Amino acid sequence: MIDGSRGPSQTWEDLLVAVSATQDRAAFGLLFRHFAPRIKSFLMRGGTSEALAEDVTQETMATVWRKAEQFDPGKASASTWMFTIARNKRIDRIRRERRPEPDPNDPSFAPSPAVPPDREVSALQDAVAVRHALGELSDEQREVVMLSFYEDASHSVIAERLKLPLGTVKSRLRLALKKLNGLLDPTVYGGMS
Amino acid sequence: MTIRHHLTAEILLSYAAGNLAEGWSLAVATHLALCPDCRAREVQFSAIGGEALEDAVPAELSDGALAACFALIDLDEVDLNGEAQQPLPPVIAGTPTLPEPLRGYVGGDADSVRWSSVGGGIRQCLIKVSGEAKARLLYIPAGDKVPQHGHRGLELTLVLSGSFADGAMQFHRGDIEVADEQVNHTPTAGPGEPCICLAVTDAPIVFKSLLPRLVQRFVKI
Ligand SMILES: [Zn+2]
Repeated sequence: MIDGSRGPSQTWEDLLVAVSATQDRAAFGLLFRHFAPRIKSFLMRGGTSEALAEDVTQETMATVWRKAEQFDPGKASASTWMFTIARNKRIDRIRRERRPEPDPNDPSFAPSPAVPPDREVSALQDAVAVRHALGELSDEQREVVMLSFYEDASHSVIAERLKLPLGTVKSRLRLALKKLNGLLDPTVYGGMS
Repeated sequence: MTIRHHLTAEILLSYAAGNLAEGWSLAVATHLALCPDCRAREVQFSAIGGEALEDAVPAELSDGALAACFALIDLDEVDLNGEAQQPLPPVIAGTPTLPEPLRGYVGGDADSVRWSSVGGGIRQCLIKVSGEAKARLLYIPAGDKVPQHGHRGLELTLVLSGSFADGAMQFHRGDIEVADEQVNHTPTAGPGEPCICLAVTDAPIVFKSLLPRLVQRFVKI
């Protein structure tokens, strides 16, 4: 992921932290150049017009700037964190719905069980495990999983796009998720017993 | 308290992808508030979204897109400085029966729900959500049966207080039942205390006995 404009050891996560810590506009520019075109493409694949996709991309990136201090490199990779912001913006601006989410500060929120520090799974390990698990899927399985991430990609839309019967898409996705579930068990890749 | 009945991988993936209608998302998010296991899986599915974003073929942006974005940011900052402090939500003592985000949708905890009777001691409160899924709170007196019903689509039922049994399966606080159209079931509230649950359906519930069906016409179940 080395890019001529970033320092050789600078990660996207470092740049987000710089935006948060010092309102670093140069760091934000690098993030923008990498992520904004991908967010726009991600929105357009869901059938959004180019003009609206461009507007929502700019709003997403402005939200990234505003919320940068909430970014925790221990909890998510930069691309996952930016995906969740783009996803929520899409629900809000394009589908015009609310996205209900749990509130960790609510007294009813059940905290996650404490994990001993030596067995903790970092966001980086999580991201590596997810990438590895996706690589273990067949091309066809990976395709239905990835297509699920574009707007309105219900099973029937995916079936239409792939010119496959709905039942085939459903069973392919079910098998893919079963395989992912086994590969992504943190007790396996996190070394926990 | 151990949760035994969880969300399916398909539903968690759709939630992570942002593809669920608001009513479904409300049931999923409220289960996530009570279930660290499903939360951990949802985090992994969101990481697949990160990969999908990273894999996207970059689209061309208009000239001056970055400058336009900075203009938006500067405008935001002016707005934020002028913005009044948000009022803090009321402090709640103890553990509310209804976790967030559900409590916000209802406008308070279980004791402030405005129930309406649907007959046979069963009460409901419809929750306003957009999209095709319908969400409601149900109140079933201790030991009472919800009239046998099938549904044309998916039904998610999340227990918030008390318990219910469906066949041989027991559902307690935090447990969620995922029933598709093949399930024709008769949930029965556990003895001792009433059961309060969040039920989300994508089609009107079809009750099998005549009386509730007549009632259904009037109360929009
Ligand atoms: Zn769960």
